[in-house]
Amino acid sequence: MLGGINLATLIASLMVAAVPILMAATGELVAEKAGVLNLGVEGMMIIGAVCGLVAAVHSGSPALGFLAAAAAGAALSLVFALLTQVFLANQVATGLALTLFGLGLSSLIGQGYVGVKPPPTGRLEIPGLSDMPVLGPILFHHDVWVYLSIAMVAVVAAVLRRTRAGLILRAVGENHDAAHALGYKVTRVRLLAILFGGAMAGLGGAYVSLVRVPQWTDGITAGAGWIALAIVVFASWKPWRVLIGAYLFGGISVLQLNLQAAGARIPVEYLAMSPYVVTILVLVLISAERGGRGGNAPAALGRNFHAAR
Amino acid sequence: MLITLEKRPTPSRGWAIATPVLAVILTMIAGGVMFALLGKNPVEAIRTIFWDPLFNPDVASYSRPQLLVKAAPLILIATGLSLGFRAGIWNIGAEGQYIMGAICGAAAGLALYPLEARWIVFPLMILAGALGGLLWAMIPAILRTRFRTNEILVSLLLVYVAQALMASMALGALRNPEGGGFPGSRNLSQWPAAANGELVANTGLHWGVIAAILAVIAAEFLLRRHILGFDIRLTGLAPRAARFAGVNPDRLILLCMGISGALAGLAGLFEVAGPAGQISIDFASGYGFTAIIVAFLGRLSPVGILLAGLLMALTYIGGELAQFMLSLPSAAIQAFQGMLLFFLLAVDVLSNYRIRLATKGAA
Repeated sequence: MLGGINLATLIASLMVAAVPILMAATGELVAEKAGVLNLGVEGMMIIGAVCGLVAAVHSGSPALGFLAAAAAGAALSLVFALLTQVFLANQVATGLALTLFGLGLSSLIGQGYVGVKPPPTGRLEIPGLSDMPVLGPILFHHDVWVYLSIAMVAVVAAVLRRTRAGLILRAVGENHDAAHALGYKVTRVRLLAILFGGAMAGLGGAYVSLVRVPQWTDGITAGAGWIALAIVVFASWKPWRVLIGAYLFGGISVLQLNLQAAGARIPVEYLAMSPYVVTILVLVLISAERGGRGGNAPAALGRNFHAAR
Repeated sequence: MLITLEKRPTPSRGWAIATPVLAVILTMIAGGVMFALLGKNPVEAIRTIFWDPLFNPDVASYSRPQLLVKAAPLILIATGLSLGFRAGIWNIGAEGQYIMGAICGAAAGLALYPLEARWIVFPLMILAGALGGLLWAMIPAILRTRFRTNEILVSLLLVYVAQALMASMALGALRNPEGGGFPGSRNLSQWPAAANGELVANTGLHWGVIAAILAVIAAEFLLRRHILGFDIRLTGLAPRAARFAGVNPDRLILLCMGISGALAGLAGLFEVAGPAGQISIDFASGYGFTAIIVAFLGRLSPVGILLAGLLMALTYIGGELAQFMLSLPSAAIQAFQGMLLFFLLAVDVLSNYRIRLATKGAA
């Protein structure tokens, strides 16, 4: 108990709060492991959020909404892929363009949907487990996406570590010239990694507009995409650490919301900025600990590949 | 037949000038398609955005002065950003520095209210505004040089912190005590000692415009004639060579971030004391982000940024006009500006690479 805040509900709601960043960060991790720095996560998330909501409202099915969100996120990331992989544009600038364009396009698509409620996403009742005392409400009272987001971390971790495809992807991210010399299709691998990142960001955005809020307002993702990028750095490009980072962040944002609701004496604005301040502090701690060695970052991160023949 | 790209030894000068023009034309075409999809006449929409604000006699008398008002903050911010971008230093949190400049500048002025000595109040506000932006930019800069923390993420995350601070100032410390409890500070533009009003009637010329022009001239001089400009260009082209030539990368980060922060802060101050008038919850208008597009559209060169800033200001004014006359949604213009950056980045390949047609197998 913390000033009237129930710990069990806190943990249960932090698992929900973490889902959007967890999804987006898992996707971005794969892209960065392939050597691609896509700063457009925020843009892809918000496009996923609006397209997911529109699709869910019209079809009446949240699942179709999520599917549309993944497709929309991937479609926007395809623009990024085209610019950086074919036209060899600067990745930082292109990622920023993606975010700026995504924010504009999302409010354009969403103008008729401000305040519209999507169909509810049902909770998964697991017989036996959901009724357990304490652990039941904390762990087994969520919608399917909470579990899927954790499962995606496990899948990504396993694929990157244990499969041939994962090895090729990492090779492309570490040294694209060597990977090219070995006959791997650098551009194709990166294209797929970018699309996966886009689809995951789209799903994360849809979780905001379909489950977490759930409705549409302009700028609904409120920097979640940037925090996802920060969490990849925090995680030293390791999938399971992404999970820890996302839950840590989820915990802070839930705690500050609870403090706001509990009427803490700290002004609302200062509580609202706390997740961003904490993210910055964590970034500083991580980089200070590494002593400027760049940590575990893929060696070719952010560098474009052009096969000189 | 196969299309291949061949890297040019040095970027083509001709294409460097032609690509922004080409990008603008492509954006107009793609934007026209977008407007058509929204059920508007594309030709009419493009004309309303790019032609009417300047040449339609019914509206030009209002919208022409607006051109300078909107362009000044964009040019000020973009000029600062371009220095860092050239050297591979990514300050993308100019929006936050712009807000902090406005807060600090307004606070410095309001502390002296109701003093009538303009020669004290206004210069002090300008100083405080620049300092506010500078200090806010120093956070990512020092974290970068001291701990190697990624400046892209820190500067961007600080935008959200600055926005929250702005809201807290409008509701708390800087709230107008005579405002009847409404959020927002005293109106600076109605206080003669602090107002950044029009210097020549009906031109839109205010002190921010003069600052923007001075910034462009100073940046042009810096890049062409000053050792710091040489260091910036060298670091951008060949970071390792620059280090061997004795360029201190940490010093360059602090300088570039500091200059861009101070200019963004100035832009915020001139905005809050003039066109916006007061600190309010919805003060931030995205100039700090649009300036990133302006910097690239101007090819990171000061004179280019001057032209790009005017063009981008035109899309703002034309967008408002299209919103009013064609009921085009305001978000459409934001998407339009984002598209411009896409096309710019895409056609840039022409200045860095040669397009070659090769028969298959010959490669």
